[in-house]
Amino acid sequence: MTQLALVIDLNVCVGCQACVTSCKSWNTSGTAGSLADLNPYDEDPTGTFFNRVQTFEVGSYPNTETVHFPKSCLHCEDPPCVPVCPTGASYKRAEDGIVLVDYDKCIGCKYCSWACPYGVRELDPERKEMTKCTLCVDRIYNEALPERDRKPACVLACPTSARIFGDVHDPDSSASKAIRERGGYQLMPEWGTEPSNHYLPRRKTEMTIRPDQIVRTDNPLKVDGLKPMPDASTPALDDAASW
Amino acid sequence: MNPAFSVILLTTLTGAAQGLFLALFGCELAHALNLSAPTPGHDFYVVGALISLALSGAGLIASFFHLGRPERAWRSAAMWRTSWLSREVIVLPAFMATTALYALGHAMGWPLSLATGAIGAVLALALFVCTGMIYACLKFLQEWATPLTVINYMVLGCASGLTLASAYAALSEAELMFVMTSLAIALTLTGLATRSASLLRNARLRPRSSLQTAIGIHHPRIAQRSQGLMGGSFNTREFFHHKTLQFLRSVKWTFLLLAFVLPVLLLSAGAATASAPLLWLAFAVQYIGLLAERWYFFAQANHPQNLYYQTIS
Repeated sequence: MTQLALVIDLNVCVGCQACVTSCKSWNTSGTAGSLADLNPYDEDPTGTFFNRVQTFEVGSYPNTETVHFPKSCLHCEDPPCVPVCPTGASYKRAEDGIVLVDYDKCIGCKYCSWACPYGVRELDPERKEMTKCTLCVDRIYNEALPERDRKPACVLACPTSARIFGDVHDPDSSASKAIRERGGYQLMPEWGTEPSNHYLPRRKTEMTIRPDQIVRTDNPLKVDGLKPMPDASTPALDDAASW
Repeated sequence: MNPAFSVILLTTLTGAAQGLFLALFGCELAHALNLSAPTPGHDFYVVGALISLALSGAGLIASFFHLGRPERAWRSAAMWRTSWLSREVIVLPAFMATTALYALGHAMGWPLSLATGAIGAVLALALFVCTGMIYACLKFLQEWATPLTVINYMVLGCASGLTLASAYAALSEAELMFVMTSLAIALTLTGLATRSASLLRNARLRPRSSLQTAIGIHHPRIAQRSQGLMGGSFNTREFFHHKTLQFLRSVKWTFLLLAFVLPVLLLSAGAATASAPLLWLAFAVQYIGLLAERWYFFAQANHPQNLYYQTIS
């Protein structure tokens, strides 16, 4: 059983919104229909996006961290939005686990969006159909594209490689390894939806400079005894390296 | 949630229609079992069933305004195995068809009207369950995820239907009016008890989701700085009522007064003076109260997705 998903690394996401714009660009240009983009240059611009990057501030000043948080459909293993759909427009693909909407069957009743605790489904204000992230299903299997481009548009756009795309049921995939080795977690685990998308937590960033790196004890002239080993407290030319 | 008037009208109109039909069937059943002396003629059932049909028809029309693509509405009967909404879409027309058949049966003097009525009564009760379960089955909408949701849809629908039946009976069957009025008062008081129970329950709810579980960062102080958009989106429009807490509170007291207290007083006064206008007024006041009750039902539900949409920038 394949379950395609995204693993999002909060440690390196810089909140540049490149995934948001490339997602909209690809998904508004496809055969499935455009995504609304109302008043783009006026007051109250609004429209449909499959992917949003939000920003949170954790802690209190001055000890704060800014966390950029990309959010799109999590392609749950047990998606609560699917069984509530009255027409069967909302479904989860058996072959790769992608949760999709058959737009031609959608009646726009919004019930699936009520049944999603993550708020990742958006009713398009022009098409009046429920839309959501497709994991770029029209890209990842597209043989007209070169092999390296058969990935979701957001993954290709990310400049810091904060988005890993892969099969989370395959223990050897890069996505599974990242989840396993770097403490990948799911959002709102309390509702038992088992989201397939995982998030990698922030890591502590530490400078690792040992004292011997500062005094350059590995200077070959000193190692060979041609020059005397200076004391660590001896003033140096650049206050960092002792010649 | 942001209350949609189409859904408020659908649930209140069909609720009254179902209650009225149950009153008519109960009346015929009591007569068949020799339980009650008043024996209204066929006309009473025909007009009553037609009123019920008109109300549920109006509710059905209102429901179409909730849909983005009403021309595809026929597809919504497909997923009855999993979706309560799909089940409602099947049961509502079945109930309306049975009501029409019931009216026709009485008009033509067919012998099987009691059996038709029994089927209609079962469908009316099933429709209450379907409507209530649409909301009660969404477990993370904690205000709705309780059996009280289904009970309230049933009791409040029956109460308004019985109030309507009292006013309707007062026009022709004075003796029947007393039975209907006492039942309407009893159901309205039951509704006050069950709705108050859900209000008390919801006032004590603790949300299971928090900003910490929503983004998976376990720090007591997290503040949103941007929600990724500035001019609003489907997420900011659909899931919040955009009213003040004071407004919400005033709607609560308004519906407690209009849906329960005033109707009981008006029903008692109407029965005591055998006055049809007072009973019709009781129905109108209670219906307006139930509109407010339904608005509050939607507005009070706090969707966990709102955790992601607290600050614009």
